[in-house]
Amino acid sequence: MGIEFIYPEFEVIRNDKRCIACRVCERQCANEVHSYDEDNKIMLSDETKCVNCQRCVALCPTRALKIIKSDCQLRENANWQDDTIKEIYKQANSGGVLLSSMGNPKPMPVYWDKILINASQVTNPSIDPLREPMETKVFLGKKPSQVEKDENGQIICQLEPQLELSMPVMFSAMSYGSISYNAHKSLATAARHLGVLYNTGEGGLHEDFYCYGENTIVQVASGRFGVHKDYLEAGAAIEIKMGQGAKPGIGGHLPGTKIVGDVSRTRMIPEGSDAISPAPHHDIYSIEDLRQLVYSLKEATGYKKPIIVKVAAVHNIAAIASGIARSGADIIAIDGFRGGTGAAPTRIRDNVGIPIELALASVDKRLRDEGIRNNVSIVVGGSIRNAADIVKAIALGADACYIATAALLALGCHLCRTCQSGRCNWGIATQRPELVKRLNPEIGCERLVNLMNAWRHEIKELMGGMGINSIEALRGNRLMLRGIGLTDKELEILGISHAGE
Amino acid sequence: MLFDVKGLDHKTLNQKVRSFDTNITISGCCGQRFIAAGMKDKHITINGIPGNALGAYLDGATIEVNGNAQDAVGDTMNDGKIIIHGSIGDAAGYAMRGGKIYIQGDAGYRAGIHMKAYKDKIPVMIIGGKAGSFLGEYQAGGIIMVLGMSHTERRIVGNFPCTGMHGGKIILRGNIDHITFPKNVCAKSATEEDIESLRPELTEFCEVFGCDIKKIINSEFTVVTPDSKNPYEQMYVAN
Repeated sequence: MGIEFIYPEFEVIRNDKRCIACRVCERQCANEVHSYDEDNKIMLSDETKCVNCQRCVALCPTRALKIIKSDCQLRENANWQDDTIKEIYKQANSGGVLLSSMGNPKPMPVYWDKILINASQVTNPSIDPLREPMETKVFLGKKPSQVEKDENGQIICQLEPQLELSMPVMFSAMSYGSISYNAHKSLATAARHLGVLYNTGEGGLHEDFYCYGENTIVQVASGRFGVHKDYLEAGAAIEIKMGQGAKPGIGGHLPGTKIVGDVSRTRMIPEGSDAISPAPHHDIYSIEDLRQLVYSLKEATGYKKPIIVKVAAVHNIAAIASGIARSGADIIAIDGFRGGTGAAPTRIRDNVGIPIELALASVDKRLRDEGIRNNVSIVVGGSIRNAADIVKAIALGADACYIATAALLALGCHLCRTCQSGRCNWGIATQRPELVKRLNPEIGCERLVNLMNAWRHEIKELMGGMGINSIEALRGNRLMLRGIGLTDKELEILGISHAGE
Repeated sequence: MLFDVKGLDHKTLNQKVRSFDTNITISGCCGQRFIAAGMKDKHITINGIPGNALGAYLDGATIEVNGNAQDAVGDTMNDGKIIIHGSIGDAAGYAMRGGKIYIQGDAGYRAGIHMKAYKDKIPVMIIGGKAGSFLGEYQAGGIIMVLGMSHTERRIVGNFPCTGMHGGKIILRGNIDHITFPKNVCAKSATEEDIESLRPELTEFCEVFGCDIKKIINSEFTVVTPDSKNPYEQMYVAN
């Protein structure tokens, strides 16, 4: 108290007329906000511990609870906002580096919201997806630039390895350790139902999930956790993680407290030991070195699996992508600066990297200008929030999108952004068994399937409106996009005209 | 099976190596990369100089090189054995988590970086000669032993050994007064148990390279271990 005191961010409002003191809220809150006063037979709350995850609100049988943002205000001004001031207090109290979860919350431009999609009127007919077949299937991997024939004039059909997706969406990397067993199981089973892929992240693959291999991307990061021959063989594709949108240029640390039981075994490090992913891969200092890792993975798996190289969207992303496209990689995944994370230093998350929309547009243009666009497929992530974002991303040149935050929301995440605490009341970002079991993987799977089916239908409707019946015909079709309220420079980078033009 | 690989690219070379059921001796090797990547069985003898990433993801096979080897030998190796009758380049045994690497001569930079271990699966690297800078950087498990038996004037390890080390141990032979270690590790004289625990590996090392184990053991040894397996604890404040 005193100089170290920071007023709680949220207030727990309990309607005493409705509260029946059933103590559900107390049992549901791993942060121990709620308690029961035996003497007075009432529920109490300690809002200093509340993270506003809404678990108690959602499970209160009499709807007696709500959480609101506290109106106890510091004397803010335009320069010294509430969170800016409190961050200073936190650091002066502790001497620690600020650590945050989930994506960049700052009011940076969201270009998806400044891009409008075209529709057919009069001169070409729109298509009704309820009546006519619409193709949302995509294949990821190297494509031949020209048709080749053998000596008998027959077309050579041998392609480099491809990933087949029923729709242009995949669940992006979230490691076992950062999220729970049941969250991974939900993602794996949903990916199988949907005919798409999920991504192990860098924490290895739990032995129970090897059976979902055809729908799994296995990741190799600088820490190489859980990477061995059988793991590499298990996946449909292998992703080399060079960077992450939420924390470009730095590595990751999963604290020893989360390295317990199965997580320890899956990562193949002792219980209680920090899992440190160094910032760089210590064998990669150039595109040539990247090529070495790409080909070592291809050699180890007999050239049967596409290799994905995942990078964060940063300033020179077009040149970097050009290098990756020449490294032998089959797919480039680019993660924008609004992408989520289980934990990242606040300053990095909020200040490093660039928006995925600009990165995607400049990479697609650069690869086309250099005549190497077919060398690779492009997958983009970093806050793809809905079907319209996907359609816009495809039209800007992406082959497919990665989603993670949206998938977690489907699993029950309420974006309280305290994943780093390991006390996720929704059973997602936690390893505590009593919390993990709150997420039923069958329900989780069903909700993910629901979300993707709804998006698939919306994608078809948006495509049909443009008179396009195949996602392949939409890719890189920037004529279908217009900007609204953007500067000439922004329009130039996005490669689109302004609305009305 | 003797197999001349002169002029072959790495893809063809590895395809052929995989196609044989028997042990193989490769001759005329000159810089081909990724030899035996991910291989589970066989004994592969290489005459010549293999290229980078020799035995990457090795999963049980044995590789013996009659010559020097280049960078990234045994990258992310899981099991098996790599024996180098010569010296070795940089980043040997990166993230290695099982198996053995024996090097007769010197190692380059970053040997044993981010080596790991889990329960009784403990990788071991023995460097007969001297090691370059950043030995055992980020080491999370396993054992690295440096014997310092080459005739170069270099110190037994270069600069900044054990940076970010948070698991496993490094054993250095001979005097280490001139080596500066970071604050996060503790260097102390090896006990008899420390050396005895490595006797099977040392015996094997001496067998393959023809040296006298008594001579090796009859020396002072230093064991370096990390102070903490949680180097980042206390560094952060939740925001």
